[in-house]
Amino acid sequence: MNAFSTIVLRDLRVAFRRFSELANPLLFFVIVVSLFPLALSPTADVLRTVGTGVLWVSALLSSLLTLDALFRGDAEDGSLEQLLLSPVPLGLAVLAKIAAHWLVTVLPLMCLVPLLAATFDVPARALPTLAFALLLATPTLSVLVGLGAALTVSLKRGGSIAGLLILPLAGPLLIFGTRATDLSVNGEATAAPLYLLAALAAFALSLGPAAIAAALRVGLE
Amino acid sequence: MPLPRWFHLLGSPPFVYRLTSRLGPWLGGAGCLLLAVGGYWALAVAPPDYQQGEVYRIIYIHPQTAYVAMMAYVVMAVAAGIGFVWRIKLAHAAAVSAAPIGASFTFCALVTGSIWGRPTWGTFWAWGDPRIMFETLLLFLFLGYLVLRAAFDDRDKADRVSAILAVVGVVNVPIIHYSVIWWNTLHQGPTLLAEGGPAMTNDMLVPFLIMFAGFTLFFYWLLLTRLQGEIVERERDTRWIQELVAGSRA
Repeated sequence: MNAFSTIVLRDLRVAFRRFSELANPLLFFVIVVSLFPLALSPTADVLRTVGTGVLWVSALLSSLLTLDALFRGDAEDGSLEQLLLSPVPLGLAVLAKIAAHWLVTVLPLMCLVPLLAATFDVPARALPTLAFALLLATPTLSVLVGLGAALTVSLKRGGSIAGLLILPLAGPLLIFGTRATDLSVNGEATAAPLYLLAALAAFALSLGPAAIAAALRVGLE
Repeated sequence: MPLPRWFHLLGSPPFVYRLTSRLGPWLGGAGCLLLAVGGYWALAVAPPDYQQGEVYRIIYIHPQTAYVAMMAYVVMAVAAGIGFVWRIKLAHAAAVSAAPIGASFTFCALVTGSIWGRPTWGTFWAWGDPRIMFETLLLFLFLGYLVLRAAFDDRDKADRVSAILAVVGVVNVPIIHYSVIWWNTLHQGPTLLAEGGPAMTNDMLVPFLIMFAGFTLFFYWLLLTRLQGEIVERERDTRWIQELVAGSRA
């Protein structure tokens, strides 16, 4: 557990020293979200129906922007190899890196969501469900981003390929996430899709780090 | 427990090459025969459906291609997993051979589905239907696997990295299979494995099953043929391949 918190704190420190890299995905998120009303007819009815979907897709896309930050810097300066050689189980180290990544990229993004949802006229009663669904879905998303980053860590231009690999796998997240939000917009019970999101998170967090660790081992050998 | 001899032989490229060249024609012949018999039976002998008329005959192609697509993914993932864990190069070769076939079958399933969907559902494409969505995602998974492989110069690394992706993507297969049960949408519920036996009369059921068997054998024939090519490509610097090529030239 000590190793876990050490890695998390170290990654947080590194992230805050490169503050602009932290802000980029957030800015991208806001820009993508604001492009949709330009492309669609911006009447309140249309925006209300597409609003939550737009937020989900934009969050998914902006998480791709953070993909290279996860392992690439560490792979280039050799600290990832040291992590592989250290006695700490690699799966645990991966989980710590993903936790740190989630804290610095996803958490700020989630703080923006209620604000942006309000501009789309999403009813206020749906906001707690939206936030809760995001809270349950984003750990899975972070694991997927980690997987994409690990599979392409030895490629020079891995980022563009990684998007192709992980976006199809994010399909179920999007389905259950938007379903929960839609149900709450209509004032219906939202437990079922939220349970499914939680199940996916448990699945991803328990097995994902092992897959990511295997991909890193192959990538760096 | 000592492993049987055939297990070790399955890791030997010359043995598998000879095995595939002996098995291939039988699988191909039987598959094509079944497809011809089943196809004639399905199009000419089987009666029209009392509700859908002649349009229903897509069930002799569409479910079979969709099923083979999923089977191809499972074959690919299992082969890739075996190759990754036990470092068997031939298993990786089999996984690579299955991917383009699976992608083609997935594409065929989507196309035949939309051809049938137009007269029956009134639309070529239903974004809201989960099975269509997951089948599309399956196509993207096959393509992603091929793209990831193509990005690596080193074949050994490409094998092992793409194997991880193939194994992770398996989660999609049960979701496709159960999507028509979990979500009630446009797509038909299960027919063959419906509660209380198949919801089809025998003169429709027999060609339906023959087509399943035909497409399955056809898939394995394609797989073995591609595997042969893959073996020749991977082993091209070895003596037995040189002798094989020299022998076929003579």
